[in-house]
Amino acid sequence: MTATPDARVPWDRWDAPTEDWMLTGDPVVSERTLLLELAARILFPTVLVFSLYLLLVGHYGPGGGFAGGLVAGLAFVLRHIAGGRSEGAEIGARVKVRPPVLVGLGLGVAVVTALVPAAFGAPVLSSAKFAFDIPLLGHLDIVTSLALDIGVYLLIVGVVLDLLRSLGSGIERDAREAAAADDAGEAAA
Amino acid sequence: MTTISLAMAVVVAVLYSVGFYLLLQRSLMRVLLGVVVLGHGANLLLQLAGGPPARPPILDGTGDTAGLADPLPQALALTAVVITFAMTTYLLALGYRSWVLVGHDEVQDDLEDRRIARRRTVKASMGEEVEETGDEVGVDPGSAAASDDPVTSTADVR
Amino acid sequence: MTTSLLPVLPVLLPLLGAAATVVAGRSAWAQRAIGISVLAAVAAVATVLLVQADRHGPVVSEVGGWPAPVGIVLVADRLSALLLLISTVVTLAVLVYAIDQRIVDYGRRTASTTFHPIFLVLSAGVSLAYLTGDLFSLFVAFEIMLAASYVLITRRTDATRIRSGMTYVTISLASSLLFLTTVALVYAATGTVNLADLATRVADLPTGLQTVLALLVVVTFGIKAAIVPLHFWLPDSYPNAPAPVTALFAGLLTKVGIYALLRTRTLIFPEGHPSTLLLVLAAVTMIVGVLGALAQNDLNRLLSFLLVSHIGFMIFGLAVSDAAGIAGTALYVVHHITVQATLFLVSGLITRRTGTVSLDKMGGLAKRAPLLAILFAIPALTLAGVPPTSGFVAKLALLQAGAGGGSGTAIVAGIVVLASLLTLYAVVRVWVRVFWGEPREPLPDNDPDDELVVGTARTSTPMYAASAALVAVSVAIAVAAGPLSAITTRAGDDLVARTPYRTAVLGDGGAP
Repeated sequence: MTATPDARVPWDRWDAPTEDWMLTGDPVVSERTLLLELAARILFPTVLVFSLYLLLVGHYGPGGGFAGGLVAGLAFVLRHIAGGRSEGAEIGARVKVRPPVLVGLGLGVAVVTALVPAAFGAPVLSSAKFAFDIPLLGHLDIVTSLALDIGVYLLIVGVVLDLLRSLGSGIERDAREAAAADDAGEAAA
Repeated sequence: MTTISLAMAVVVAVLYSVGFYLLLQRSLMRVLLGVVVLGHGANLLLQLAGGPPARPPILDGTGDTAGLADPLPQALALTAVVITFAMTTYLLALGYRSWVLVGHDEVQDDLEDRRIARRRTVKASMGEEVEETGDEVGVDPGSAAASDDPVTSTADVR
Repeated sequence: MTTSLLPVLPVLLPLLGAAATVVAGRSAWAQRAIGISVLAAVAAVATVLLVQADRHGPVVSEVGGWPAPVGIVLVADRLSALLLLISTVVTLAVLVYAIDQRIVDYGRRTASTTFHPIFLVLSAGVSLAYLTGDLFSLFVAFEIMLAASYVLITRRTDATRIRSGMTYVTISLASSLLFLTTVALVYAATGTVNLADLATRVADLPTGLQTVLALLVVVTFGIKAAIVPLHFWLPDSYPNAPAPVTALFAGLLTKVGIYALLRTRTLIFPEGHPSTLLLVLAAVTMIVGVLGALAQNDLNRLLSFLLVSHIGFMIFGLAVSDAAGIAGTALYVVHHITVQATLFLVSGLITRRTGTVSLDKMGGLAKRAPLLAILFAIPALTLAGVPPTSGFVAKLALLQAGAGGGSGTAIVAGIVVLASLLTLYAVVRVWVRVFWGEPREPLPDNDPDDELVVGTARTSTPMYAASAALVAVSVAIAVAAGPLSAITTRAGDDLVARTPYRTAVLGDGGAP
């Protein structure tokens, strides 16, 4: 994928990005949109940062783990769409963590957060607030329910990635295989 | 006891009737739409259960609670929306799976039901060998219903 | 550790286990070890809860420290603790049985990433349904349970199973949305969803409104419990799933519907006299179910119809609605969870041995597999209620309650006896056709790649051990009938009195 300097870049590939962090796999050039790809390139990190913001402000403002996770998931959806249909490599292959592991980790973090207060004699799922004064950042209120939100965030991102894998790339793969089978059938006939 | 305005009652009624009508269709895609519409109806009803529109239920430190909306139905509706959302995704996946497996997404008849209905007599007599209507060698027990002689799929019947 | 932590554990432990099994998705043995140890822990917690609830009254846990009726409470009284215990034991046995079931995902030869996590999530949902103290959490519990069951019933679907899965999912979704509507209407009418709080508030409503809400509740939970005429989905969808899944569904899901009916009918809509509607429904359910079973040729469908029929027995005790009737239903649920799950597991073993579910193509299994014959005979006779099995004890409790309820209940009690006799006829018919007669060669497995290994004579130790353990549990229920029925009698008294539950949840203000 990465264009090496000495290799001649085919004319229909000259606009392909040289880094592979953004694409879902080897793109089929005809199904890619330059505009969307550029937009995805700018938006992807921005949206991820915004999702983290939503996650952190969730206790006092609109947001939270679920909303943040969905927004982060949307960033991945955008990347998936911009990458065009993928050959072989799927979005899950670029993300080094398998989506089910992300789901499991998120659920685990959330449940453990629910149980931890019991160790301090407080009711399950109750929360505590810690206030800090940090130079530069100023006054910070950290509520322990943030850990629960982080768990939910991870879970939702995992779910969206798994959906992209099974209902996104999976369906595309099925369709390609069906088309290939049709072609083979016609060729035989 | 909370009462709701007539307009909202009508909206809820329309959503419910459309939803249940679609739910009764054979095509899973319509069932899916029915679930979505019905879910909207139920969530709207849940919202309306909290009373008329009012101030956002956010305590801004003044301790002023006059005119605040009831936050509980909003929380309940939020939960219900998420659940309906998950079910919609699941139904989409199921519909796709059905389309891959059988080429359409219609709910078919239960063949075992048909077969029992077609038997002339109820062969309840014990120990008797029961004559077979069809030759059924190698029945996959997971799909016993599929072992019938050609009761054609509903798609062909219709 | 305080007791208030206990009711939370049966919900959170399986969820934690589900998280762990997802992460350990590549190792089947790690998944099994996690699942079995988590469920064993939940069973231990349920035992402690039962002892606590029986000795010191309901154990209440206020989630997040918010007191009822504002916050969510989890309540374990005698009934919920008892049902939680027996359900967990059955779930554990089914999971052990599933060790030898070939459970794989598409395109993989080893472990399944979905089965164990979803199984544990289902268990968490069932626990939450038993323990929750408010109507909306009950809805959430049902959704957790049903969503997990959707996945289990449509995992690795073929063209046949997808049909049954669609039927099941559509019906369940309809009933869930009906439940949501009920919650909305109840909240609009009373301004609370806490069950203990509702007990007082609903009584202040106009009679017509009370009737509407009560009917909605009966229809909603009636679909889940498969009461005739809301039962059509059950024999259509259950038989097509693999044996462990069917056993789990037959054992637990319908019973959770019965539990929800039991809880709401006694706490929110107590009638104080036998309910004519429920009596009629009970009678029709018993008869239609068992007659349907007699017409079947497919072993699993036959058992599904028997399941429907026996739902009627439980509705009967509920319809009598005095302490004796409620106690009889509680005892019957405990007995039936065990025996119905066992029968479906044994049916899976029979299929594994013969290669078919069609009664016409089996025969002479008693000579070839005597152990299987014993494993089938005991739960079958228990289901029919032959003395001295646990089925007899449970039916006797129902009949005694029916005899004391008046002329209407006495008639339906007669139908209970009739349905029991027909059940006996149905299971004897299965016995004759499967275990007696000419031995037949097992049919070959025509799809060796799927999850069903059939037509093999190889005995599977986990499968037989799990089935035998459940048979032992049902025998133990018969042996311990004295103490057990003492507990259910006390549970029935509690439910009819309503005060212990309300005082435990709301404090002294809950006393009327």
